Amino acid sequence: MKRALWTLGVFVALVALLAVGLRLNPREVPSPLIGKPAPPFELPLLTEPDKRFSQKDMLGKVWIMNVWASWCPPCLVEHPVVTQISRSGIAPVVGLNYKDARDDALPWLKRNGNPYQLIVFDANGRIGIDYGVYGVPETYVIDRKGVIRYKHIGPLSADVVKQKVEPLVKQLNSGG
Amino acid sequence: MLLALWASCVLAQDPVLERRVTNLSHELRCLVCQNQTLADSNAPLAIDLRNQIREQLAAGKSERDVVDFMVARYGDFVLYRPPLKGSTILLWAGPFAFVVVGFTLLVRVVRRRRIAAPQLSDAERSRAAKLLE
Repeated sequence: MKRALWTLGVFVALVALLAVGLRLNPREVPSPLIGKPAPPFELPLLTEPDKRFSQKDMLGKVWIMNVWASWCPPCLVEHPVVTQISRSGIAPVVGLNYKDARDDALPWLKRNGNPYQLIVFDANGRIGIDYGVYGVPETYVIDRKGVIRYKHIGPLSADVVKQKVEPLVKQLNSGG
Repeated sequence: MLLALWASCVLAQDPVLERRVTNLSHELRCLVCQNQTLADSNAPLAIDLRNQIREQLAAGKSERDVVDFMVARYGDFVLYRPPLKGSTILLWAGPFAFVVVGFTLLVRVVRRRRIAAPQLSDAERSRAAKLLE
């Protein structure tokens, strides 16, 4: 009897361990950048190469940075969601065009629509490395002081926006 | 552009530096194909990160500096050998704990078996002796 209980206990423990372990997403690497200042950059705009933009230009505003590329199929998948955020006007959405070519990126925007307030052009992906980008698309929520508060890896879904991004942006905007 | 190209050619020809780059990229994980090291992977990001390692080492930074650079951006996960700390204690101590638990169970089972070994009564013993004659 005691033995059966033991076996059952071990079995239940193992099932619990697997139930938790197998549900974790190994692709979701916790970013060490959360709570840290957004890495500085100054990059040309995708649409106007002679103009430059720096993360400092957004100080005082809560904003969203979305890393995308025309060669990235999941970026097309999340495109309607990004458009939705942009339309809702909860926060300005800045695009970081990652390791792309202007000749590919501009037609992509023309085809699918441009949801971004502005887009910076990170041709060699150097700024991407500073932001710990390893799977495009990635999305960051940055607060008024320029601190990264949230990072999402992979395509944004309407659920993630509703449950994570929107509440966070609202909270940050109301002084949190 | 040409200068950069020339510089990278010169850099690639330095065997000592190349060895350091290779050694270090064996210690770091490629985040795109997570079960490969940066050295083994040909994913574009792995190539970028190897170039990043090369550039930084060539600029006189130490291996420690480069590892810190990577960890600051990608977290401990980028290290193929995770550091020993609170969140990884299970990872490091787990196998030893399993050995201890397994060994304890083994000892218990063996002991129980020994106790349970059949004891022959005198009658059985004499019967066995008769059969063996």
